[in-house]
Amino acid sequence: MEDLSFQHRVRGRAGGTRQNAIVGVVASGNLEVLVERVLPDAECVVDIRTAAMGFGEIWSAVIGDFVERYSPGGLKFSINDGGARPDTVSLRLAQAVRSIAENGQ
Amino acid sequence: MIAPIKDIVQAERARNTSFNEASARTRLALLLDGGSLVEFIGPEAREVSPHLKTFDLPEQYDDGIIVGHGRLEGAPVFVAAQEGRFMGGAFGEVHGAKLTGLLHAARRIGSIPVLILFDTGGVRLQEANAGELAIAEIMRAMIEARAAGVKVIGLIGGRSGCYGGGGLIAGCCSALAVSEPGRIAVSGPEVIETNRGVEEFDSRDRALVWRTMGGKHRRLLGAADVFADDTVQDFREAALELLELLGPVGTFGLDRLKAEHERLAERLRRFGRCEDAVDIWTAEGVAHAATVPELPADQFIALANRIGRTSRDAR
Amino acid sequence: MTSWQNNRAVRDARIAAGAGLARGKVVEAHDVTRLLEAVIRPGDRVCLEGDNQKQADLLSRALLAVDLSKVNDLHMVQSGVVLPEHLDLFDRGVAKRLDYAYSGPQSARIARMLFGGKIELGAVHTYLELFARYFIDLTPHVALIAAVSADREGNLYTGPNTEDTPTVVEATAFKDGVVIAQVNEIVETVPRVDIPADRVHFIVKADKPFFVEPLFTRDPAAITEGQILTAMLAIKGVYAPYGVQRLNHGIGFSTAAIELLLPTFGERLGLKGRIATHFALNPHPALIPAIESGWVRQIHSFGSEVGMDDYIRARSDVYFTGPDGSLRSNRALCQTAGLYACDMFIGSTLQIDLQGNSSTVTTSRIAGFGGAPNMGADARGRRHPSESWLKAGAEADPDSPAPLRRGRKLVVQIGETFGDRNVPLFVEKLDAIELAEKLNLELAPVMIYGDDVTHIVTEEGVANLLLCRTAQEREQAIRGVAGYTDVGRRRDRNMVAHLRERGVIRRAEDLGINPLDADRSLLAARSIKDLVRWSGGLYAPPSKFRNW
Repeated sequence: MEDLSFQHRVRGRAGGTRQNAIVGVVASGNLEVLVERVLPDAECVVDIRTAAMGFGEIWSAVIGDFVERYSPGGLKFSINDGGARPDTVSLRLAQAVRSIAENGQ
Repeated sequence: MIAPIKDIVQAERARNTSFNEASARTRLALLLDGGSLVEFIGPEAREVSPHLKTFDLPEQYDDGIIVGHGRLEGAPVFVAAQEGRFMGGAFGEVHGAKLTGLLHAARRIGSIPVLILFDTGGVRLQEANAGELAIAEIMRAMIEARAAGVKVIGLIGGRSGCYGGGGLIAGCCSALAVSEPGRIAVSGPEVIETNRGVEEFDSRDRALVWRTMGGKHRRLLGAADVFADDTVQDFREAALELLELLGPVGTFGLDRLKAEHERLAERLRRFGRCEDAVDIWTAEGVAHAATVPELPADQFIALANRIGRTSRDAR
Repeated sequence: MTSWQNNRAVRDARIAAGAGLARGKVVEAHDVTRLLEAVIRPGDRVCLEGDNQKQADLLSRALLAVDLSKVNDLHMVQSGVVLPEHLDLFDRGVAKRLDYAYSGPQSARIARMLFGGKIELGAVHTYLELFARYFIDLTPHVALIAAVSADREGNLYTGPNTEDTPTVVEATAFKDGVVIAQVNEIVETVPRVDIPADRVHFIVKADKPFFVEPLFTRDPAAITEGQILTAMLAIKGVYAPYGVQRLNHGIGFSTAAIELLLPTFGERLGLKGRIATHFALNPHPALIPAIESGWVRQIHSFGSEVGMDDYIRARSDVYFTGPDGSLRSNRALCQTAGLYACDMFIGSTLQIDLQGNSSTVTTSRIAGFGGAPNMGADARGRRHPSESWLKAGAEADPDSPAPLRRGRKLVVQIGETFGDRNVPLFVEKLDAIELAEKLNLELAPVMIYGDDVTHIVTEEGVANLLLCRTAQEREQAIRGVAGYTDVGRRRDRNMVAHLRERGVIRRAEDLGINPLDADRSLLAARSIKDLVRWSGGLYAPPSKFRNW
């Protein structure tokens, strides 16, 4: 397993009022993303534990594009990855943002 | 009132969602009354397996099982749902302890039924001892809960089926609902083939696997009480039907266990010499038994109700 | 005196040598090896019918067992190298030289044997090329074919999987060759005559039916959200703007996703009747929902598919069927239809380079390309117009006067940026080139040449190569849809942004598609069982695809 962590300064706070949400499942080629509203508004953190070693550069590019596009301020993302492809990672991250943007507990 | 519209949307989604294909979280969200699920030890608690790290394997924050409480047509229920895609839904130490704890809580309260959405290949190999212990603890906790008057209903229709220790636990439930893709057994197809040879059981012959372990056969044999079409809404209705059917559960004790043993012994006497499930169905009086696997759900349910192999005195 | 009928005399001598083992034309299964020893001569060109799906398996085993002093050094000319016995022939020395088109399941072993010098390679052809050469310089001396049934005279019923048989027999029987058929049964009257008796010299009843591989069944349960998104991009970004009606689909999951999105996503876009009405295509089970929803008017097939027989029989308005009601397929004619009568080919590949060349060959696997290069090539001999063909031609060449401007066939490569086991689809250099260097081949095994490719579709968007004016634009258009692969990350961001403004690259949002909508609930069928339901119980999938 490999641990990776990315910190980004972002433009603004992510929408919604939910405190946390989870999407995806840990399986071959799949991943789970736990997102929690626990950070200051201008910060975003993505912590990753992945079964696929040596893909740090690709993760960095995927997370960079994601943060740029969604401006997920105040959110901490924790990922358990079973070796998902980058497009699956992007999709799950977008689903996590959509999920926590819903109103509710 | 807005609530009914919301309920209609929920039911519509549940009707359009395959139970077999859905994740454990989706199954629960659509099976229970909308938004009623409250999870115990949710993923944010990060109560992960203490063993997988040793094997350099990825963890899942809920260890592959969701436990909690919610409402079904307004009435409170305890629920557990296994995620069959994470390590085949297998029982590990934490995974098992969550279910044991839920059954303990149900026993203490006594009046709230438990729904278990099985989706498991059995015990997790990487934590075999802890997993085997968990199976034993769950079976004890379930028998104790039932003795205290709690109804425990198993819903089986996931892709990993209900195998190994999961099959044993299912056998201890008050009642089971199963769908066509659902499978219930202790030894899986590959295990049987490995131990007894391909002539005994060809695990790649999927029609044979389903004929022997699949939902339709289990329903006709009386191992499952209700057959559900493969949608979350059908499983919700099956759960409601079983809660109704069980009514005020008579005392669960030695007499009932003996009746269940007698039922199983009778089954063995009647069908022990059959070579194939089709022979059993024929012996049961099903005309054109070989076509059973092709029957649509409604026709099959009518057939199963006519055969009616379950006994309310047993279990 | 010069004789001009030597070959006929030889043919007659071969038949006479075999006749002793036959009662009429019928030879017992246990005598087949002796029959082959009597009929075949060393160095002969032999077509051992190995199709894409149907296999003359009994005859393969019989040929493998021949006495090497009687039969050796054969030159095998067959489209499919599929069974292990096909290659065992070379290991044993029965055969020496090989010309073929497709070797799916044997691709790794064939690569090892080529490297080891066990096989003297003629060429890896496309189907149409190999069939064409049957009539020019690779005409078989002996054809060993497979049919469903025969009557006592030797009339053959080849059934739904007719595939290559008429072509092989035509070339062999009319050029002084000998035709030997294995059949599943010998009957009083065949259901229909696919091959007339006067072209068949010996028939053998096999102990069990010939083997057919279900090659075209894709389980909808395995289709991913990424493939659904890619399929949505293809429908909205290619099918819709060109109004593609006549087409061929590859066999991958992305095209299966397209087939399953037609009655849902396609219907919502109002495309029914405007796209995907006529196909050159095997009977894909995934197309059942579109057929049942009234999308598809007609399908001609290369071969059949296991489990589809009853469905095809009941939908004769859509499929080609014989007077007996069963499917009549024909690979040579369907390949021709795919090349000349279709406006689009869309399929997947394993590797695409910066010029758009693509190949499924890797350094350890030589699968051959079967028909993909025939489908996936612009037909320079085409002369009839269509909306799609003219529009593509105008995009490629806006300056020529319309009456003299060639149209273009749409050749679309579709896939996810990372394939199985996270292997990138896009590469700087094809493995095929490395292989050609290692094996000293004059020609690298390229499946589809870059100059034939018009569009590349990935989950990152649609690249329209017709609109690229320079090699550099083309390279950046490809990098622009290559996602997070090394090729994609080395793109020139400014140039890619510029290409996007020009519509050369169109991303999901440019096409009004929200990637979060790419959900499995969009699929008209989400399981094999759903396909059975759509077919009204007529589709009978093979056991390995069942979960009931």
